[in-house]
Amino acid sequence: MLFMLIVKASQNSEGGNLPSPELNEAMSKYNEELVKAGVRVAAKGLYPSSNGIRISFPKPGEKPVVTDGPFTETKELIAGFILIDVKSREEAIEWAMRMPDPQGLGEGQIELRQVIEDPIMFAREAAKLRKKSEKEKL
Amino acid sequence: MTTCETHRTIEGIWTVESAKIIAGVARIVQDVSIAEDLSQEALVIALEKWPESGIPEKPGAWLMTVAKRRAIDLLRRNKLRDQKYVEISRNIESKMKYDYDSIDEEINDDLLRLIFTTCHSVLSRESRVALTLKLLCGLKTVEIAQAFLVSESTIAQRIVRAKRTLSASKVTIEVPDGPELLRRLSSVLEVIYLMFNEGYVATGGENWIRPTLCYEAIRLGRILAEVLPGEPEVHGLLALMEIQASRFKARIGTSGEPILLMDQNRALWDSLLIHRGFSALKRIEQIGGSYGPYSLQASIAACHARARTASETDWQGISALYDALVQVAPSPIVELNRAVAISMAYGPASGLVIVDALEDDPFLKNYHLLPVVRGDLLVKLGRNEEACAEFKRAASFTQNKQERTFLLKRATDCVKI
Repeated sequence: MLFMLIVKASQNSEGGNLPSPELNEAMSKYNEELVKAGVRVAAKGLYPSSNGIRISFPKPGEKPVVTDGPFTETKELIAGFILIDVKSREEAIEWAMRMPDPQGLGEGQIELRQVIEDPIMFAREAAKLRKKSEKEKL
Repeated sequence: MTTCETHRTIEGIWTVESAKIIAGVARIVQDVSIAEDLSQEALVIALEKWPESGIPEKPGAWLMTVAKRRAIDLLRRNKLRDQKYVEISRNIESKMKYDYDSIDEEINDDLLRLIFTTCHSVLSRESRVALTLKLLCGLKTVEIAQAFLVSESTIAQRIVRAKRTLSASKVTIEVPDGPELLRRLSSVLEVIYLMFNEGYVATGGENWIRPTLCYEAIRLGRILAEVLPGEPEVHGLLALMEIQASRFKARIGTSGEPILLMDQNRALWDSLLIHRGFSALKRIEQIGGSYGPYSLQASIAACHARARTASETDWQGISALYDALVQVAPSPIVELNRAVAISMAYGPASGLVIVDALEDDPFLKNYHLLPVVRGDLLVKLGRNEEACAEFKRAASFTQNKQERTFLLKRATDCVKI
């Protein structure tokens, strides 16, 4: 199964600062480990949101609106992603745990999201999640 | 963390580490069966200890150390007759620290040794596949059984027998070199590709476990490409599997019927996998390797992947690649595929000449694709009656229900017109 490890942005990454040489080295080692284990599918870092463009659809049926970055809600932004192909959710978590703190200063955050690969599997998972949230409501 | 959570975490760690640990221990004890047992013991200790003590900083190194210590204890207990082993164990112990990084290269070598052992030619093909899935991919016996549609005890026996054969034949756990490496590598690649195909032919739906064979094969291929970067055929096989896997979703219709390559919706092809396949092919160029059977098949698959629509397919290029493939790996099946390529590039009549020459090949007797191809070419030549007979013949050869229905439909279609 494919998982996307989404690295959240920080003030530092949004400021367009490059990671420290130590972090760079730790990251490339981590990347190498992923490649050697045969799990890394793709990995990319992104420019800060000041380089970004947003297309929004505030009025259905009308032309979308284009907004240039930067965007302010730093915590919601992403700084990069790694796509891994693993056997289980547990394995995905294990790999994510091994990633070096991507931002430092207490701002580092990685979000794991499973990639939809099979529509039937998706329907099953979605049904499971729906049930879970219904139970929680009760 | 609750015990249950810790166990789930350990499960994840085990998926990542088990092959490396088994491989590391196998080098010490020179026996895959004992290596597997000792690694399992280390896992059991972790399952007992970690819920209380917490998960160590480097769990993989922890497990490896525990398993290797047990291996050394075992060697000592067995009152080593051989001075050599005493030295080996002393050597290992002195190097054994909780530092994983310094032994990184060693881990690669261990994995390579293990795969050369589980794919050793003293074992039958099916044993090689089962043992590799068990030790290198970490699949449970029951999972392997489900994947091959046989009983769990059949697989369990197969694995036990394979381990016994390895010990009885005194197979050393090593990476061969020179011409021996190439010979044994071809057995490794064969096992991986068998695994892939076993998963690929499954049409899915009823059996969810089978596609995991494709996944395991690709993962092994990706690992192998990292530990043996100088071998062109390793990249060739990986490229072939990545590109074939890219068509996974497109090759089966909504009711489970197979869809031929030329009729597939190319928008469903996984561009990420295609891209990875191309990169693997590029590595062959970079190392300046010669093109073996896998690299050539991958190049053919790449030609298809490059065409945005079926009509853009470079059939002349594909024909040339098949010409080369027939040279390096002559087989009636390759010849049959070459006939298809040539018919697409130079007209159905040119293809039919090659197919007709295969008619009496004993290897293709009862092979359903021979009449399928012949039927295809006959339709193109307007010889519909003959084509109908060929499709019916093909249908009688296949065991797959969906395929049979599909072929019978083609038979009636060509006399309808």
